[in-house]
Amino acid sequence: MDIVSIRDLSREQIEQVLERSERMIPYARGEMSSKALDGKILATLFFEPSTRTRMSFESAMMRLGGRITDLGVPSMSSISKGESLADTIRMVEVYSDIIVIRHPREGAARLAARFSSKPVINAGDGAGQHPTQTLLDLFTIKRIKKDFDKLKVVMVGDLKYGRTVHSMAEALSSFGVELTFVAPAALQMPKETVKQVEKAGGKPKLTNRLEETIADADVLYVTRIQKERFPDLAEYQKVAGMYRVDKRLLREAKSDLIVMHPLPRVDEIDPEVDDTQHAKYFEQAFNGVPVRMALLNLVLGGEL
Amino acid sequence: MKEFKVTPIRNGTVIDHIDCGMALKVLRIIGMTDGGKVQSPVSVLMHVPSKKEGWKDVVKVEDRELDPKEVDKIALIAPKATINIIRDFNVAEKYSVRMPERVVGKARCSNPNCITNQSEPVEPEFVVESKDPPVLRCVYCDRQLDDIAGNLL
Repeated sequence: MDIVSIRDLSREQIEQVLERSERMIPYARGEMSSKALDGKILATLFFEPSTRTRMSFESAMMRLGGRITDLGVPSMSSISKGESLADTIRMVEVYSDIIVIRHPREGAARLAARFSSKPVINAGDGAGQHPTQTLLDLFTIKRIKKDFDKLKVVMVGDLKYGRTVHSMAEALSSFGVELTFVAPAALQMPKETVKQVEKAGGKPKLTNRLEETIADADVLYVTRIQKERFPDLAEYQKVAGMYRVDKRLLREAKSDLIVMHPLPRVDEIDPEVDDTQHAKYFEQAFNGVPVRMALLNLVLGGEL
Repeated sequence: MKEFKVTPIRNGTVIDHIDCGMALKVLRIIGMTDGGKVQSPVSVLMHVPSKKEGWKDVVKVEDRELDPKEVDKIALIAPKATINIIRDFNVAEKYSVRMPERVVGKARCSNPNCITNQSEPVEPEFVVESKDPPVLRCVYCDRQLDDIAGNLL
């Protein structure tokens, strides 16, 4: 079984992952230990920099008693000699039991899955999919809010290039969430994603004014405006810093509003928000471990 | 006497019911733009009334029958087209183009950052989401293919 896109999982499977993730929490915290994946090897292939995703996958594998082999820095390996991704995958699959890949090109994980007989998990392909981020975001909301039905979720920032927001929006709408997309016109949610959300039964609102949406929101999902995805620096400078979540903005919010962010943040969330009851982004980052444990365990058939 | 805008052909292929405006793209598929490949007359009718509905384009190629690969590509840009094989002024064979469920190796992905546009040993592959109008989605990068005619291989 490969996990390339969130659409590879049925709603039942997503619920199963969320349920199992909950059970993984004491193991993820190191309060209990497990040998569920003893003897298994995870290969990590990160062709693009990553901190949280990489470390939480490694931590998840080790908490389950498994081991890790790493491709290393692409410029130091055979990739720099012009080896195709297909050949790299054929090599890596014989050294490991499961492959986690992040790559700057869209479709790289699907290609890897086709060339590998071992399971492949997509840890982000260019501006494409990042299904494990979506799962940990869903898990974070579910843990805090208990139920998705009728929740009002506001997504703000780079909704055009941000890879997490597209699959997140689709998944949330299938869970009955009311969505609002806040972005400048140039970075608004792609029409295709809006259509998918509508197909899943959602009626998303689109606006560029964050202050108007804050009062009745239950979840505020903030994303970074990603400089590296802009073809044109001038376009980036026009929109960078347009939205900033600070205490003043949150004065209008419900007391149980949660603020989420896939991190890293730049200046879209003021550090003064960190010690308010709203801030859940560090908890969200921790949740990457139990969710990835649940996935690795599910895909590799570990007993826990 | 009935006036013919284009006279009947003795031998060859008539591609009928092409979506209006797509005739020139059909010419590209059958190799008209690679000089020298076509040795016989080719006639093109654009924007002529169709008995079925509205308007259509028609392409007549003399002394040549299309190969299945060309027909498959025509299906991607003119899903209502019919192929008439003419032998000695008679329609010897007639069939409609068929849009497959999957399109493999016939068009490149329009997303320049798609892995299939790198030197990887794979053919671009699309799932057909709608046959008419044709909507193709890349199985690798998940993007919808823009401008099918312009991305044919």
